[in-house]
Amino acid sequence: MFKNLMSWIEYRLPFMDKMNLHVMQYPAPKNFNFWYFFGSLAMLVLVNQILTGIWLTMNYVPSAEGAFASVEYIMRDVDYGWLLRYMHSTGASAFFVVVYLHMLRGMMYGSYQKPRELLWIFGMLIFLVLMAEAFMGYLLPWGQMSFWGAQVIIGIFGTIPFVGEDLTLWIRGDYVISGATLNRFFALHVIALPLVLVILVFLHIMALHEVGSNNPDGIDIKKDNDGSVVQTEADKKFTFHQYFTRGGKKIIVDAIPFHPYYTVKDLLGVAGFLLIFAWVIFFFPEGGGYFLEPPNFEPANALKTPAHIAPVWYFTPFYAILRAIPHPFMGAVAMFAAIVALALLPWLDRGRVRSIRYRSGLHTANLINFCISFVALGVLGVLPAEGIYTLLAQIFSFTYFGFFILLWFYSKNEKTKPLPVRLT
Amino acid sequence: MMKNLFSVIALVASSWAMAAGPAVHLDKAPIDLTDKASLQNGARLFQNYCLGCHQMQYQRYSRTFSDLDIPEEVGMENLMFTGEKVGDHITNNMSAKDGEKWFGATPPDLTNVARVRGPDWLYTYLRSFYADPSRPFGVNNEVFPLVGMPHVLQELQGMPYKAYETRLVDGESKEVYVGLSTDGSGELNAEEYDRAVADLVNYLEYVGEPTKLEARELGTKVMVFLLIFFVLAYLLKKEYWKDVH
Repeated sequence: MFKNLMSWIEYRLPFMDKMNLHVMQYPAPKNFNFWYFFGSLAMLVLVNQILTGIWLTMNYVPSAEGAFASVEYIMRDVDYGWLLRYMHSTGASAFFVVVYLHMLRGMMYGSYQKPRELLWIFGMLIFLVLMAEAFMGYLLPWGQMSFWGAQVIIGIFGTIPFVGEDLTLWIRGDYVISGATLNRFFALHVIALPLVLVILVFLHIMALHEVGSNNPDGIDIKKDNDGSVVQTEADKKFTFHQYFTRGGKKIIVDAIPFHPYYTVKDLLGVAGFLLIFAWVIFFFPEGGGYFLEPPNFEPANALKTPAHIAPVWYFTPFYAILRAIPHPFMGAVAMFAAIVALALLPWLDRGRVRSIRYRSGLHTANLINFCISFVALGVLGVLPAEGIYTLLAQIFSFTYFGFFILLWFYSKNEKTKPLPVRLT
Repeated sequence: MMKNLFSVIALVASSWAMAAGPAVHLDKAPIDLTDKASLQNGARLFQNYCLGCHQMQYQRYSRTFSDLDIPEEVGMENLMFTGEKVGDHITNNMSAKDGEKWFGATPPDLTNVARVRGPDWLYTYLRSFYADPSRPFGVNNEVFPLVGMPHVLQELQGMPYKAYETRLVDGESKEVYVGLSTDGSGELNAEEYDRAVADLVNYLEYVGEPTKLEARELGTKVMVFLLIFFVLAYLLKKEYWKDVH
């Protein structure tokens, strides 16, 4: 009876076939390491944000008069409201932690290189939408930092020549940040952007499964079936979906089915992540004043500017680049260029060897330079823009962009190590 | 390579711990959220000395009573003065406009003040008033210069003065500022006053986040659960991956 029903459905919607294609018989390289946890963790955090977000929405009041009080109502009067809110606020920071590490993984192992350019582009679009989502969400508690942080960021659009002023008016829906701004940000934060985000994540995964996962060695696990590489006994142990062998034109080596091997491994990653996540939620929900900033416990007041306005930590590397340039509009251009440069990595990197394991020492040094520049800019973005800090921000902005420029030059004729045929 | 990247991550983590330091030295507030007697005394001090001007518009009387183990009748008898209901928020009847007229700025709501300023700031601030005849209420504050607030706890502390001592500095005798000392007209001695302020700050800290103790308790259980889950997940992974290795 059940079997009949299943085959009736399968004939009309090949559910089991798709599950096999993407989960049970998806060939994943067997050598994924620690850095490969962050993709699944990003999905976990996305689910966390959506679920806690739905419940927060049930008691949140999207109006300038009611927003702050409704958040306090959630914190004090709603059963486990404090937990929902802390899961959501900590989740926002956790999202950026895992996404930044996920991106760094891609950079280390050249996961953006051909044929994964589109996959990388979808990833960058996710990052962009995520930043918009986080920015709009931060306005909703209607605290002092919500208000003044939004003032600063919307102000960036105001620096655009000719259309800037009108553009900020269009974004705010008012001459100042007001209830009108709050309401539209609420609409975008709870419906429009999450919808786009989920669609982009779907496309990201579809694009991944089409070209296959990269791995720490950066070599292909699908080889031409021309006898140059032969499958070992271990390779023949698992069944993969016939789609991946392209009708016998390819053979798959050193791969294991995503399920159960990486589902159980990712479960371990989830457990490890949740240990840290729960520790922050229950014991340090303010994240030392970086996840929830102290001035945000005061309601928004258009007449009282906080002594020091800093965006939330995950924006600070880009914010530091913005402030490093003395000209406001050129600063905004530089900030945007810092993100565009990342998106252009598949074309700025002209190398053929993907993984840092087999690339030149210069490349390793350059990537370390990138990491140091990014982190240093993040720290500088929190500090006031004065004196030595401005100079340092300029230096690290230079080294940040230097990474991409250097990469373009040396990657064409880079001295690389010989690649192995099989995964190590 | 891995080592380098981990040290980069460690650097990020340590940068989070950095915060802009305050200009004045702040004393560590000796507070303990599990000390119900201290919290009850803090609530009493708040109702008697602060509520006249400052509200706690997001905190309900009933919440304070139940969290602080104050029986409702006792609380209504001793801590509620103007006929509110026990489920009401802790508010006063001073309008924001009047507040601004009388003090130069509307006295801020204190529900979240401990989360905005931090307990150490509050503890030091309330012990840093000193006589300054040039100010409208005759007092100034070392932590918050030119503050519009009068020294409402003067009846407890007495009037503190900036104390100077004559000392030899580089062969010259000079007046050196040595700190605040009270004229002794208060009901409490210095030690008792510090304790009273600590109780009040303890209560403000509690009101800022009434769920803090609950979070710690639940959090401990969750962490224990997750540790067991982690071990089981590890064993499960190891079992499955026997096929691969």
